[in-house]
Amino acid sequence: MKTTQILIAGFGGQGILFAGKFLAYKGLLEDLQVSWLPSYGPEMRGGTANCNVILSEESVGSPIITNPDVLIAMNLPSLQKYVDAVVPGGQIYVDATLIGEKVGRDDVAVFYIPATQMANEAGVPTLANMVMMGHVLKNHPELTFEGTEETVAKLVPPQKAQLVELNMKALQAGRDYQ
Amino acid sequence: MAERVLMKGNEAIAEAAIRAGCRHYFGYPITPQTEVAAYMAKKMPKIGGVFLQAESEIASINMVYGAAAAGMRVMTSSSSPGISLKSEGLSYIAGSDVPAFVVNVQRGGPGLGGIQPSQSDYFQATKGGGHGDYRMIVLAPASVQEMASLTIKGFNLADKYLMTAMILADGTIGQMMEPITFEEAAIETYDKPWALTGTKMGRKHNIVSSLYLKSDELERKNFERYERYKVVEENEVMYEQYMMEDAEICVAAFGIASRVAKNAVAQARREGVKVGLIRPITLWPFPKAVLRQAADQVKSFVCVELNMGQMIEDVRLATECRRPVSLCNRTGGMIPSPEQVLSSIREAQKGVN
Repeated sequence: MKTTQILIAGFGGQGILFAGKFLAYKGLLEDLQVSWLPSYGPEMRGGTANCNVILSEESVGSPIITNPDVLIAMNLPSLQKYVDAVVPGGQIYVDATLIGEKVGRDDVAVFYIPATQMANEAGVPTLANMVMMGHVLKNHPELTFEGTEETVAKLVPPQKAQLVELNMKALQAGRDYQ
Repeated sequence: MAERVLMKGNEAIAEAAIRAGCRHYFGYPITPQTEVAAYMAKKMPKIGGVFLQAESEIASINMVYGAAAAGMRVMTSSSSPGISLKSEGLSYIAGSDVPAFVVNVQRGGPGLGGIQPSQSDYFQATKGGGHGDYRMIVLAPASVQEMASLTIKGFNLADKYLMTAMILADGTIGQMMEPITFEEAAIETYDKPWALTGTKMGRKHNIVSSLYLKSDELERKNFERYERYKVVEENEVMYEQYMMEDAEICVAAFGIASRVAKNAVAQARREGVKVGLIRPITLWPFPKAVLRQAADQVKSFVCVELNMGQMIEDVRLATECRRPVSLCNRTGGMIPSPEQVLSSIREAQKGVN
């Protein structure tokens, strides 16, 4: 891996920014150069939210992503908006519970994960974002699943330590999805 | 070595300010810089500092003026429309020769504009938003790490030269997170015999004021102040050069625009175009000499900015219009893509051949 540009997009409230922070911290703990850029406009309040994460072996240039290597779409408007921006040979992760459509491109790898349904079934209904992240990690062996718990612990306030376990449950469900 | 942590640019400013010895923060919330105030609100009470959300921007800058006159390390932060409101105070602070530290995390303008990133306050910061002859030291960070290091630098320079040091950032660098390490802050301390600390019946009263009704006295003050500014111009210029050794085209850009430009320069180099980048880190004092030197080497300049073309005027002045300078820009919260910059570089290349 030299540089991976990851775009995560969905509704406000789906944990889009948190998922991005998770990837950024994971990269940080693996000694990569990282950047995390949120959308901070009025759209994130109840509308669409997105987040640009760059993981790189070299120092990160522009933190703004125009053509992602990896798109994680958590709702239909996000998929429609960014599907054509993904570089040929890139990856698209789709929350198949919320998005009924198929991706109409054959030059990218597409992963359909019923993340919202899986999160509900695992008893962590608010963590579809982390189910998606689990599957992303599975396909990016360079990020390794090892150290994931440490990463989550960095993101969760100490007084809410029980959330680490729940996040791990969601991540594992995503990783194990075939 | 200190631990690498992920932090937002705005938070990095606040943490660095505390490490630089700032114990007085006065502000008023505005997107996209509110995290500075939020961080201060959380931390200041725990370390015996003052966090105060004033009733307005005008009140907060005058509180800064007051604390600065008392010799304290003090700061405020805002975003574009808020800085316009603070500009009267900035002029008074300059006219009183007290040190202050001010942050502008720019958003699109004019007027209320939008809340997305912009660099359209370059004129305001470098040419003076307030009235009268005065300068501020203007520092333009391009990373979260620099948000911190230039904050510490800014406090030192303000105390050293008795003037305002301003961080001119933008919404992107304020909102983004990057790894950052906090090394031991190199705090420089300067005696402040002019400060209003109470005479304790032992010395003459100090007076901090910008009012000089005698013309000759006011003129003398202005001349003295500009002698000090001259020293700043001689000693405190900061810039970064990237791939300039054999460059035939020079891209000039600061802050977030320079990061986009760097990507474009790297791409153009892969295509065999001899292009480099000069990134002013201090916008005032402006790195005139290095640009003037570059004008002897390169055939053309491209200025990348998030405004209608503001720094480009200083580039033309510095290079004495010896070479063509073209503008590559977006405004209103839009950011040029590396491809847009790349095509501007290619355009410039056509002129070179």
